[in-house]
Amino acid sequence: MTAHLKLDKPQSDRLGDMAQGVIGRETPRREGPLKVTGRAPYAAEVGDGTEAVGVFARATIAKGKVTKIGLDAVRALPGVCAVITDERLLRNPAQGTANTAPVQGGRDVAYFGQPIALVVAETYEQARHAAHGLEIAYDAAEDAAVTPEDAEPESLESKQIDIGDLDTAMSHAAHSMDATYTTPSQNSAAMEPHASIAVWKGDELTLHGSYQMLKFNRNELADSLGVDPEKVQIKSPYVGGGFGSKLGIAPEAVGAALAAKELGRAVRVVLTRPQVFEATMRRSETRQRVRLAADADGKLTGIGHSAWVSNLVGEAFSEPVAQATHFTYGGANRSYRHLIHRVNRTCAGSMRAPGEAVGMLALENAMDELAHAAGVDPVELRLKNIPDRHPEDDKPYSSRRFADCLTEGARAFGWHKRNPTPGQTRDGEWLIGLGMASAARGNILSESHARVTLHSDGTATVETDMTDIGTGTYTILGQITAEMLGLPLDRVNVALGDTAFPPASGSGGSWGAGSSGSAVFVACQNIRAALAEKLGMEEDQLTLTEGSVIRNNTREPLSAVLDDDLTVEGHIEPGDTSEEVQQAAFGAHFAEVAVSAVTGETRVRRMLGCFAAGRILNEQTARSQCHGGMIFGIGAALTEELVHDPRDGHIVNHNLAEYHVPVNLDIPQLEVMFLEERDAHANPLQSKGIGELGISGAGAAVTNAIFNATGVRVRDYPATLDKVLPGLPDI
Amino acid sequence: MRAFDYARATSATDATAKAAAGATIIAGGTNLLDLMKLEVMAPEQIVDINRLDMNRIEHTESGGLRIGALVTNSDLAVHPVVRRDYAVLSRALLAGASGQLRNKATTGGNLLQRTRCGYFYDTAMPCNKREPGTGCQARDGFNRILAILGTSEHCIATHPSDMAVAMRALDAEVEIESATGIARTIPLVDLHVLPGETPHIETTLDEGDLITAVILPPPPGGVHRYRKVRDRSSYAFALVSVAAVLRIESGKIASCALAFGGLAPKPWRVAKVEDALTGQEPSPEIFDKAADILLADAKGYGANDFKIPLARRTLKAVLRESVEAAQ
Ligand SMILES: Cc1cc2nc3c(=O)[nH]c(=O)nc-3n(C[C@H](O)[C@H](O)[C@H](O)COP(=O)(O)OP(=O)(O)OC[C@H]3O[C@@H](n4cnc5c(N)ncnc54)[C@H](O)[C@@H]3O)c2cc1C
Ligand code: SF4
Repeated sequence: MTAHLKLDKPQSDRLGDMAQGVIGRETPRREGPLKVTGRAPYAAEVGDGTEAVGVFARATIAKGKVTKIGLDAVRALPGVCAVITDERLLRNPAQGTANTAPVQGGRDVAYFGQPIALVVAETYEQARHAAHGLEIAYDAAEDAAVTPEDAEPESLESKQIDIGDLDTAMSHAAHSMDATYTTPSQNSAAMEPHASIAVWKGDELTLHGSYQMLKFNRNELADSLGVDPEKVQIKSPYVGGGFGSKLGIAPEAVGAALAAKELGRAVRVVLTRPQVFEATMRRSETRQRVRLAADADGKLTGIGHSAWVSNLVGEAFSEPVAQATHFTYGGANRSYRHLIHRVNRTCAGSMRAPGEAVGMLALENAMDELAHAAGVDPVELRLKNIPDRHPEDDKPYSSRRFADCLTEGARAFGWHKRNPTPGQTRDGEWLIGLGMASAARGNILSESHARVTLHSDGTATVETDMTDIGTGTYTILGQITAEMLGLPLDRVNVALGDTAFPPASGSGGSWGAGSSGSAVFVACQNIRAALAEKLGMEEDQLTLTEGSVIRNNTREPLSAVLDDDLTVEGHIEPGDTSEEVQQAAFGAHFAEVAVSAVTGETRVRRMLGCFAAGRILNEQTARSQCHGGMIFGIGAALTEELVHDPRDGHIVNHNLAEYHVPVNLDIPQLEVMFLEERDAHANPLQSKGIGELGISGAGAAVTNAIFNATGVRVRDYPATLDKVLPGLPDI
Repeated sequence: MRAFDYARATSATDATAKAAAGATIIAGGTNLLDLMKLEVMAPEQIVDINRLDMNRIEHTESGGLRIGALVTNSDLAVHPVVRRDYAVLSRALLAGASGQLRNKATTGGNLLQRTRCGYFYDTAMPCNKREPGTGCQARDGFNRILAILGTSEHCIATHPSDMAVAMRALDAEVEIESATGIARTIPLVDLHVLPGETPHIETTLDEGDLITAVILPPPPGGVHRYRKVRDRSSYAFALVSVAAVLRIESGKIASCALAFGGLAPKPWRVAKVEDALTGQEPSPEIFDKAADILLADAKGYGANDFKIPLARRTLKAVLRESVEAAQ
């Protein structure tokens, strides 16, 4: 049986009616113990050890053509089984939801670090040694663009927007701000490196991979190989972090599949850590000019946000920097520019909160600068500028407790204690400052299927190709099912990450929980209906609790009333509610930092985020998403930067010792507050996406706090000590 | 990683013999194995010294301390005598790497760890240290973490150790056994050499030499400080570090030892800096003068220019703090 819901109208809170107390409750991740005890096999670990092992050899020029590959010398090395130089190898990973192969062909070099050939051997060490020694000759191009400045930017017509007249608004403004901010390339740096094991049985391929969006990945893989998608199965039950870097099929999957076919045996390919940095998606560096015009009270009369980003030739993705600027604040006169430099640098793609993660750094710094210039409290300035309706298309908002996030967060944090004059608060050597920023992230529903079976023994099974990338999907899908079917959580079995199951939305764009959860909800709702019919009652009269049905004031175990399994495949689709209202989650970040007056080192002392994101499906996993986002924000503010060599664009700091993600000691007391909210337009769960909300604006709260502490405004991220130092007082 | 032969040393003599015959010594392996995986180092043979009896910390006859070359950074940092009498060393050790690494890292290996220059770690890059004569890619490249003192036009790499900086301030000596069976002890200052025209030569050790111990002189007393400035709170190499051992008598600096990390190709110590302070009443002016002397020949290469003001400020702060603690 299938059940379908297209979201053309707002939904009632059916989930809330169940009143089982399972949904929302703090529930630890179900697969957590498996992961921390090493019993959750990751992609590279599922084989039996008899696989051949492939390691990529990379390009060591920025642009040009491969003229010769020294195959013979390498084939003669111990253990080497094959060198794959197939034209189907990928230049770079597919962009998220691409659904088709990315650019292929190993002979045209577009960036330093591009995989050129896959060397396959009996052992990992043999393969790595052989790959290292593989001689590749090039005809290097003279016109490589290794920095954005080397390439004239292209403009994307649809993203050059003018509403009203910003120039005039700027010249008439009582207070105005015009500043340029830059953010560097970044990498998700997920713990689990990209890995695949490919196994062919005849013309059927099974790929054990580490991926976020299996229904797309299957098509991308099939398209890359030139085979029928029906013949391809991808399994990805456990993913050790993705953050966008595992959205699209990547070189290692295609390499493993090609090699396994050629050798007639299973092949494993795991990227080395430097390769993860060089050959998976980076977040584009950005240059952003933000202009704000305000009247004497601080009410915005204009906003301008121009962005320069980069990517390889042939890539449709470009960091959507101004995404949240469109709907966060009012102001009648608005102007946007979006320009893309085509560079010979590692491919740019979606990394956690593409757009907001960097756009909100600049916008929220500019708001802080404006607040300072206008003498208005930064929280107050934001409150004044929350528009009634979408400032550009006049749509109403679906739900939006933005103002409450600002005021409740400020109260809980003790914002009133902030001295608005910078550089006034000291704790010994340390200059103390408080800063804040808004958070906003658009909400999206994405088509999703899930099969739910209520077994005759009173247990249930959920099956979908949805992934759990460490976010809690196993747990929340179990909770939704348990809530809807009145089952104890441990009676619900959740099976994910296999394209043999009904296709889900995948994990990305913060839409995973809402979309895959809604598909499960739809299935459960229809199981309830079928059960009610069987019992001769209306669905809304049916009470299911603790594994029992309550009928005529008596309680019967489900197993007593079910003689057969009930299976429903639920299918959710976005509809008119995606168009008719502006859907987004909002929040506010507050940070206290200490900056050494001697060295300029910044240490975050405490941070609080207050968020409203519709129904919170599981307080614990939601909080952990926000923690993760805030930590990303601290990294972006203070330490994270992929350094490209100025001469060939190669990534110099391609390891975890020198690409500085925050360590435990960098992360202070982090507090997360959720405000009660329901969003009837978002999906039948009334939830909104939360995975990327926590990063939006987080870093700006930190750099705004640095300004409050020191009076130094760092506009070039990250705010490493060398950029703070020149503004510090003599010692 | 290139295939290699592995042998476990049965004695120090066995180790030095094998090393003299071309084997590379492995201790904790925390640096060597990384370099082997990247084929920056590709030994055909390695000799494992971990079973040798070199992991003891003992008092010397003169009242100092003898630290076996295999004593781990973790064990050394928490040793009660080190914590009490050589606090600068304990602090430096704990400021280095991570708990996991310190559990494996040894005293000998720490002294001989290689630079963290990014170009040295990438065999596709020219690097005079890795491949003499190919050029130095870091000079005009990303050199944020590299040196401002003691460099040459051929190499601007830093020695990345924290431990060695503290040992330098403590006037440590290094005990070495050679392949000819002769043991010698040299001051730590004579272990590392500046790059000059031969940046691939980093120490005065001969083929086959085994470091067997580090000797600390009797406790210097005074106030001990180790301040490490870095890009994140832990698990990052020093941009600048200062080890200080300082005594105040009758309001004057009676003695001071100052060594610096993150600035130079070896743990850096300048006698004239200490001379300028010794016998003086502490004051901001005298601290500035010391910094002037330290940085007189400092040269930035772009991304690391900031180390010059940073070193000055850090030195002054450490001096001020040490003086306050000593009074
Ligand atoms: C990510 C990371 C971060 C780090 N951060 C820091 C830091 O912040 N501060 C810091 O000080 N260090 C840091 N380190 C470096 C670490 O301290 C060194 O790797 C470690 O001390 C080396 O000791 P080992 O015993 O593992 O040496 P090995 O790797 O075994 O050997 C290193 C070298 O010494 C030689 N060798 C070893 N023992 C002897 C001996 N007895 N006689 C002769 N030759 C010998 C070897 O042949 C080899 O060339 C870091 C390392 C890593 C990987
Ligand atoms: S600084 Fe030294 S180690 Fe770095 S590239 Fe130059 S020569 Fe090599």
